[in-house]
Amino acid sequence: MSTLVGDVWTVLKQDKTALIGFFIILGLVATALFAPYISPYGYSEQHIAHAFKGPSPLFWLGTDEFGRDLLTRMIWGSRPALLVGVLSVMVSVSIGVPIGLMAGYKLGVLDRIISWFVDVALSFPSILLGLMIVILLGPGVLNVAFAIGISHVPQYVRLARGPTMSVRNLDFVRASKALGATDARIAFSHILPNIIGPIIIMGTLSIAGAIRMEASLSFLGFGVNPPTPSWGNLIRDGVDNILQSPWMALFPGLALTFSVLAFNMVGDSLRDMFDPRIMMGKEKMG
Amino acid sequence: MKQYAIKRILTSVTIMWAVATIVFVAMRVVPSDPAIVVLGDHASEQALRAFREEMGLDRPLLEQYLEFITRLARGDLGRSMITNQPIAAQIWSLFPYTLNLAIGSMLIGAFLGIPLGVWAAIRKNTAIDYVSRVVALAGFSFPAFYLGVVLLLIFSIKLGWFPILHQVRTGTLFEHIYKLTLPALSLGLIQASYVTRLTRSSMLEALNEDWVRTAFAKGVRPRDVYFKHVLKNIMIPVVTAIGLYTGTILGGAILTETVINRPGLGKLLLGAIAQRDYNLIQSGLVVFAFIVVVVNLVVDLTYSLFDPRVKYE
Repeated sequence: MSTLVGDVWTVLKQDKTALIGFFIILGLVATALFAPYISPYGYSEQHIAHAFKGPSPLFWLGTDEFGRDLLTRMIWGSRPALLVGVLSVMVSVSIGVPIGLMAGYKLGVLDRIISWFVDVALSFPSILLGLMIVILLGPGVLNVAFAIGISHVPQYVRLARGPTMSVRNLDFVRASKALGATDARIAFSHILPNIIGPIIIMGTLSIAGAIRMEASLSFLGFGVNPPTPSWGNLIRDGVDNILQSPWMALFPGLALTFSVLAFNMVGDSLRDMFDPRIMMGKEKMG
Repeated sequence: MKQYAIKRILTSVTIMWAVATIVFVAMRVVPSDPAIVVLGDHASEQALRAFREEMGLDRPLLEQYLEFITRLARGDLGRSMITNQPIAAQIWSLFPYTLNLAIGSMLIGAFLGIPLGVWAAIRKNTAIDYVSRVVALAGFSFPAFYLGVVLLLIFSIKLGWFPILHQVRTGTLFEHIYKLTLPALSLGLIQASYVTRLTRSSMLEALNEDWVRTAFAKGVRPRDVYFKHVLKNIMIPVVTAIGLYTGTILGGAILTETVINRPGLGKLLLGAIAQRDYNLIQSGLVVFAFIVVVVNLVVDLTYSLFDPRVKYE
């Protein structure tokens, strides 16, 4: 694993896009951690006299219909975004990868059943799957994280299954089988390290997707409940008041877009690093 | 080919059946009682019982399930719990709006994305390639509903070129297209960024192939190599991706229809969720998934049109 961290850092150093993304993510994490200390106001603190104000020295990014400071609410909104982003990927990885490993390693009937379920699940647009699960569980940060995590499980099953199928017949796997290793041990100690690269790339890109989905669900009113700020419900408030104060939708959307962009930038660069075909292409094409 | 098609269609039918079953089960494990949701907390026990009887909710689950599936097979989606209107008619009347939105976005995605991707690949590592990659990555990261908000702010509110409300019940073809522009752009520009990225990487991979070198060596004009030889070869992954993107477009339509305030299936479904109209939610989810399954099937079966080398087992 330590070489992996080293590899990642090497890529970051060489690739400017990745580096920019990495620093945006660092900033985002810091913002979420230190939200109470860096917010100019309380997130539900109302200044009715200043409702619907544009950006000013007093309220840098303006205020909403209750005179709440938009910058403060955006700072707090980074918390559900990151929390849902990271938690949901943990949910999808911890459910999807073992299932994919099992399907790809065991093959046969089990594999066919699992693949069929994956096909079924992938025929739902993931936002619908997420919506359906949120309807069942009710709104709230944890439920949203779980719903998004579950809705991405099929993609991880597919991701883990393919490489497992190609690794399972290699000599080192056969050798450890001959030495009497259990299936679980082979899957987790021998096969998993070989397919970890694609999982990390997908994980980084899924955090981006999850942040976007959290915002989408909150925008539709099925995510984080107001008055707790989330970028999605801030944009919703903004759309509802778009004629009075356009910045209410504009600024939280920028925060959302840059955060998603940052994770995509890092994920993209990691993919270039791990995908040997693209790497070869780079050398060949110069 | 015929055998493959039959096998593929049968698979799609089983997937549709599974989708319908999962949705049915999901709607039955919802914690709240639909009768209380529709009639309110203060409804009399008698009224509740009458409602459950009318909706068939008092019958055994298996019986409800069998009826749901047989009705579905006949194209009968049942009636709304709130308005008691037939759901199929409601969905059918709104379907064209969502369909137009999806087609419009796909056309924008394809006609912007493919040429841009080809261009970026040909001019690899130049300013054009760099700019197109950054734009594509930004577009890829832009949430469609937020792009809708931005387009609305610029073109409707600031410039006044487009209406803020997009109610399009009647009107000429031109008016329909006019009102489709903003929502289709907000989904289509994002699809264009996916298509650009995909076209670029497929094209780069193909340009490494020996037959491309051969074509150049024997003196084929570069333009012909790019557009006649290479582009034809990469159409399969690109068309597949555009097809597979249907699900995302439909999902995006739910949000875009809300932002741009345009009628459609997405808004219908959201309304149903807000009103807890379980019958309508159930049918809406099933219809959404069916559309995706059918599009994927069609994409799969049309491979051979784009690539005569594809032989079906």
